[in-house]
Amino acid sequence: MNKLLLLGDEAIAQGAIDAGLSGIYAYPGTPSTEITEYVQRSKEARAKNIRSSWSVNEKTAMEAALGMSYAGKRAMVCMKHVGLNVAADPFINSSITGTNGGLIVVSADDPSMHSSQNEQDSRFFGKFAMIPILEPANQQEAYDMVHYGFDISEKYKVPVLLRITTRLAHSRAGVNRKNFREQNNGSLPKDLRQFVLLPAIARKRYKILLDNQQNFDRESNESCFNQYFDGEDKSLGILASGIAYNYLMENYPDGKMLHPVLKICQYPLPKNHVERLAKECEEILVIEEGYPLIEEMLKGFLGYGLKVKGRFDGTVPRAGELNPNIVAVSMGLKDTTGNPVPSIVTTRPPSLCAGCPHIDSVLALNDVIPQYSNGRVFSDIGCYTLSALPPYETINSCVDMGASITMAKGAADAGLIPAIAVIGDSTFTHSGITGLLDAVNDKSPITIFILDNATTAMTGGQKSAATGKIEDICRGVGVAPEHIHVINPLKKHHEENKKIIQEEVAYMGVSVIIPRRECIETQKKKVREKSKSKAV
Amino acid sequence: MKKDIILAGVGGQGIITIAAAIGFAAIEAGLHLKQSEVHGMSQRGGEVSSHLRISDKEIASDLIPFGKADMIISVEPMEALRYLPNLSPEGWVITNTKPFINIPNYPDYEALMSEIKKLHHHVALDADEMAHELKSPRSANIVILGAATPFLDIDILKLENAIRTIFRSKGDNVIETNLKALHAGKEFADREVVA
Ligand SMILES: Cc1ncc(C[n+]2csc(CCOP(=O)(O)OP(=O)(O)O)c2C)c(N)n1
Ligand code: SF4
Repeated sequence: MNKLLLLGDEAIAQGAIDAGLSGIYAYPGTPSTEITEYVQRSKEARAKNIRSSWSVNEKTAMEAALGMSYAGKRAMVCMKHVGLNVAADPFINSSITGTNGGLIVVSADDPSMHSSQNEQDSRFFGKFAMIPILEPANQQEAYDMVHYGFDISEKYKVPVLLRITTRLAHSRAGVNRKNFREQNNGSLPKDLRQFVLLPAIARKRYKILLDNQQNFDRESNESCFNQYFDGEDKSLGILASGIAYNYLMENYPDGKMLHPVLKICQYPLPKNHVERLAKECEEILVIEEGYPLIEEMLKGFLGYGLKVKGRFDGTVPRAGELNPNIVAVSMGLKDTTGNPVPSIVTTRPPSLCAGCPHIDSVLALNDVIPQYSNGRVFSDIGCYTLSALPPYETINSCVDMGASITMAKGAADAGLIPAIAVIGDSTFTHSGITGLLDAVNDKSPITIFILDNATTAMTGGQKSAATGKIEDICRGVGVAPEHIHVINPLKKHHEENKKIIQEEVAYMGVSVIIPRRECIETQKKKVREKSKSKAV
Repeated sequence: MKKDIILAGVGGQGIITIAAAIGFAAIEAGLHLKQSEVHGMSQRGGEVSSHLRISDKEIASDLIPFGKADMIISVEPMEALRYLPNLSPEGWVITNTKPFINIPNYPDYEALMSEIKKLHHHVALDADEMAHELKSPRSANIVILGAATPFLDIDILKLENAIRTIFRSKGDNVIETNLKALHAGKEFADREVVA
């Protein structure tokens, strides 16, 4: 059977396997994680020897994928939207070096911030890098666009950005497989200086990228993913991009469109289609998932000329994810709703699991902090971030991966002494080590908790690059061995743990405390897998 | 044929298994399907929901419009009420009555039940208790699925097949108890709907 029921993420993964992928590189991050996990689970991928284990962070992933492309093979790199910030340097520069084997960068945005610090729109990064962007409307397009994206990448020797959002990433639908292709044989770039971005070469490479812009424009105009549908009522023309197109079509139940509709799933914006829409319609409504990127482009700085409605003028809410109702209202249709939520219903925020090792760690810390004053615990991103909420209310920051150590250092520099950092094991190897070196070099009076639950728990329990290496790394970076402590975060050890914490927080230099106990969830998963393998 | 279903519960309660069973049966019946899931942060004991749409025609949106869902299937009573804005006026609520209390300010149970009894069309059952009686406490979600079968328009044989497939790796015993759980839920709902 060639029809599979796949998440958007899985459709991308299957598309890549079928399109001749040789390696996928990624660091976990909702809603992108399931792409790489699918390849890791796939028997087919294993048989084809497709490389798929986790990278330490998005930057190393991006660079390794570029290296695979240099060597002539097809590579994919996947991340959540904020991961692209981490990978921004190699990402932007890869558009200048160009590629050899096909290279697709998948960035999964999270409008409404279901599991993220912000709702930044990766299309801006694609535009910034001046490369083609693909934005599938549905799971089938997600599958098809991988093959197509590799074609475009290899035709123009540029990376291609594939941008998805949470709803598509985590929604299932039937997908037809097609277009099977073998992997590339290895080959070097024709010009061995292509990837040497010395100014003289970089200028030439940049010129090539600029010259290619007209090709990308043409591809967009001719792309089967950008479609113009005529409609009778030209008082309004509707431009819908990516998944927004589905919400629009939900409001045209018989498939007949009253107004002209331009569906956009490939960028740069297809000039011919947009021009036609602007010429033939009195007003344009832009519905796009994410920031008002297209809307801003159509309006221009002063907004003269075209009448454009969208997120800026409030026709569509300025922030947050779209849905069929928001789109209906923006089109002037009647809203629908059921009964209101009874007032007795309360919110149920996420919380640390019962028995989680992080609970014992933050409770011990909560017993020490009041000896100083509150407001000095810098933290990071992971399950332990939930300790910001009641009943713990331990931590005072969560900004970007690795920022706990460096912010604690900066605050200590400003006189907030002692300052404390709380970081997870996976976050530590992702972006904490360099900051630790800064602190060591400055002999900063900070105490760093590296919570070692032996996994990347928040994103579903992926293997952590830190496992078995944390003390060695800290010693290697220069933390004094007598100020590195491993403790067991359990209630019965509370008093002895507290004592160690008190001593190290009082120490006027860098100390590292490593509470080590496995995540309850991964522990359970291991037990389940064991009993399963016994049953078989 | 078109059914728009909201599945509701708390992270870790197994609503994805219900979705998978209905989805499998729908595909076997040759229907179109879209199913949005919740992954990520709220799986840590937070509120989770899934939009499951099945139809004999192409489905446009991954999300069900507000006021248009044909039913809410919930493995937890407070979570059933959270999604009432999604439900159509004719829609059904099929819910577990066993609360999952992991917050300090969980509402008064009697008040909660009286809200559920106010609903025009509802089937409310203690699925945990029923699963317990079947000596399969982890099958409460399948009992709830069973209670939803009278409203699904999908052949019960296809749902049985789906359960066999989903639990295949767990062995025959697990399959049998889950089939029993399915029928226990179905019989409860059949009695309710007639009455
Ligand atoms: C740049 C970036 N990449 C990925 C993520 C997604 N993410 C959030 S928390 C997390 C896992 C953290 O693991 P760890 O530090 O070990 O803490 P745990 O959840 O195990 O407690 C990841 C990958 C992110 N927020 N930002
Ligand atoms: S998943 Fe693991 S680390 Fe996260 S809260 Fe649960 S026990 Fe703690």
